[in-house]
Amino acid sequence: MAAPRTLFDKIWDDHLVEMNDDGTALVYIDRHLVHEVTSPQAFEGLRMNGRTVRRTDGTLCVPDHNVPTTPDRFDHIEDEDSRLQLETLDKNAEEFDLPYISMEDTRQGIVHIIGPEQGFTLPGTTVVCGDSHSATHGAFGALAFGIGTSEVEHVLATQTLRMARPKNMRIHVEGDLPPGVTAKDLILNIIGHTGTAGGTGHVIEYTGKAVRDLSMEGRMTLCNMTIEGGARAGLVAPDQTTYDYVMGRPMAPKGGTWEQALTYWQSLPSDDGAKYDKELTINAAEIVPQITWGTSPEDVIPITGTIPDPADTADEGRRAALERSLEYMGLKAGDKIAGAKVDMVFIGSCTNGRIEDMRAAAEIAKGRHVADGVVALVVPGSGLVKHQAEEEGLDVIFTEAGFEWREPGCSMCIAMNPDKVPAGQRCASTSNRNFEGRQGKGGRSHLVSPAMAAAAAVAGHLTDVRDL
Amino acid sequence: MDKFTNLTGTAVPMPLTNIDTDMMVPKQFLKTIKRTGMGKIMFFDARYNEDGSEIPEFVLNQAQYRDAKIIVAGDNFGCGSSREHAPWALLDFGVRCLISTSFADIFSNNCSKNGILLITLPKDVVDDLMQDANQAATLTVDLETQTITRPDGRTVSFETDDSRRHNLLNGIDDIAVTMKQEKAIDRHEARQRTDWPWI
Ligand code: SF4
Repeated sequence: MAAPRTLFDKIWDDHLVEMNDDGTALVYIDRHLVHEVTSPQAFEGLRMNGRTVRRTDGTLCVPDHNVPTTPDRFDHIEDEDSRLQLETLDKNAEEFDLPYISMEDTRQGIVHIIGPEQGFTLPGTTVVCGDSHSATHGAFGALAFGIGTSEVEHVLATQTLRMARPKNMRIHVEGDLPPGVTAKDLILNIIGHTGTAGGTGHVIEYTGKAVRDLSMEGRMTLCNMTIEGGARAGLVAPDQTTYDYVMGRPMAPKGGTWEQALTYWQSLPSDDGAKYDKELTINAAEIVPQITWGTSPEDVIPITGTIPDPADTADEGRRAALERSLEYMGLKAGDKIAGAKVDMVFIGSCTNGRIEDMRAAAEIAKGRHVADGVVALVVPGSGLVKHQAEEEGLDVIFTEAGFEWREPGCSMCIAMNPDKVPAGQRCASTSNRNFEGRQGKGGRSHLVSPAMAAAAAVAGHLTDVRDL
Repeated sequence: MDKFTNLTGTAVPMPLTNIDTDMMVPKQFLKTIKRTGMGKIMFFDARYNEDGSEIPEFVLNQAQYRDAKIIVAGDNFGCGSSREHAPWALLDFGVRCLISTSFADIFSNNCSKNGILLITLPKDVVDDLMQDANQAATLTVDLETQTITRPDGRTVSFETDDSRRHNLLNGIDDIAVTMKQEKAIDRHEARQRTDWPWI
């Protein structure tokens, strides 16, 4: 009998085109998402070498990073460089005859939200994008990872990648997440355990009751931030929750092909006794809402916690990084994190810009009001999320509570568009990176769940959502 | 891609851990549609004041490091965003070799595709080389023999992945290599049409 295999092993085996002489593998890529920031130089490379796109039907282009989120974006985009980058994607999609969701299309949104929504992302596939948060798609049991621009060019030209086989890691989350604790808190907690380099070289499979009980949205949040733990890809085995989500999506298989696909997908979960190179077990019941205090996602503490003292760290480089973080964030070691005054709140991004995230934030916003002096943005991850939220009346709840309701895009997650956190201001954000300057030069970001962000908006300071 | 056989140049110390690609190339510079010209803006926020003048304390602004070709870095260098602008900026600045205890995965791939050599060494060895870099010493990195020669003539050996070394030594473009494997790709697609027709 064949040796038991993990979910990752199975996907890898079925995409291995051949082993190269040098020990790397040539891996087939089923799905390639393309956005405007990391693709211009790749298309330029194709043109220079007279190459074409091998599988136009395996490629999907959508602009997201640079698009403004205000309604006037349809008339004019102020920033010249942003406009040029967006126009370049328009032209490249046309020239290379690629499926394209333009900014005017109601389906437009963040690549990692569009893929699943359209049924482009499917279990058992390989998915790449020139963006590190491609890990999101692993929620479907797809092997999904971010690539650089040279690799984007390589995939466009050959529909393959040359890569070394990553190692297998399992993170088993047993028990139940307590009320008020979400997938975002879970992944922040995991990164707190592993550090930002803990997953380097590995593909992480998330297992256990707390993971199985997550909705597809929650699983996407979990896999999305796997990259912040250093692993290129996160995986959750497909199950009924996955099939229910995928069924009927525009690009999902239909009829007899659906049945054939389903049979294949059901064969994918890891076999009993399959070996992992590394394992970690986490008890979900012990997790409380999490928040980052510093400028690395591993600088995470419970909302009930205090800001750590760099003096307690032995490693010199790490201590210097912590001291720098504290100074940048304008915080003092030993202080409680709850109570720090916020100026801005951002609810959105590929981590938390889906319908469930909108609902969770709206539940807190309902009947309350954004505190004086706080600017709070809600940016749906796609046009379809926006539409759905409006059907449910969430936009009204938000605007009545004093939140701004925006057009879809990456928005304040990266601040390549006009949405930014001004220098010295503090922002509770549902995005995924709290690096220096990430949300705007000098901006101070605290990563939290949508409910925690909404709670900060109405309280005017960082606060435990469970106390509201 | 330019070949990498050996390199002699000044080493610059960057001991901070978790230096991310956002720090190397802040987002406002991701709006370019070209690969060149990014050396000037590398580490922009740490390197320049609001008014565009240089911040004298930042290492790359110090006279002895202006022509640095090698960075000795803290742990987990290059983490975060997948932006290939980071290696493009390094190349444009003139850095072709980085030494650390570990590098982030995507960054590491991006570097190898741009002819930049990454060397991973144990902590005590990196600490020694960091001392050299603190003195703005000249190091010689030889990829053929996989050695670094320090200013006092002592050498440090390192290991690199065979395929990366081969590509770096010969300046080989991955796409050209893969295109020679077209038959195997055709075979995979044929299997896909029968076994996984929904793809
Ligand atoms: S929302 Fe943020 S993390 Fe996600 S793709 Fe956009 S910029 Fe990247």
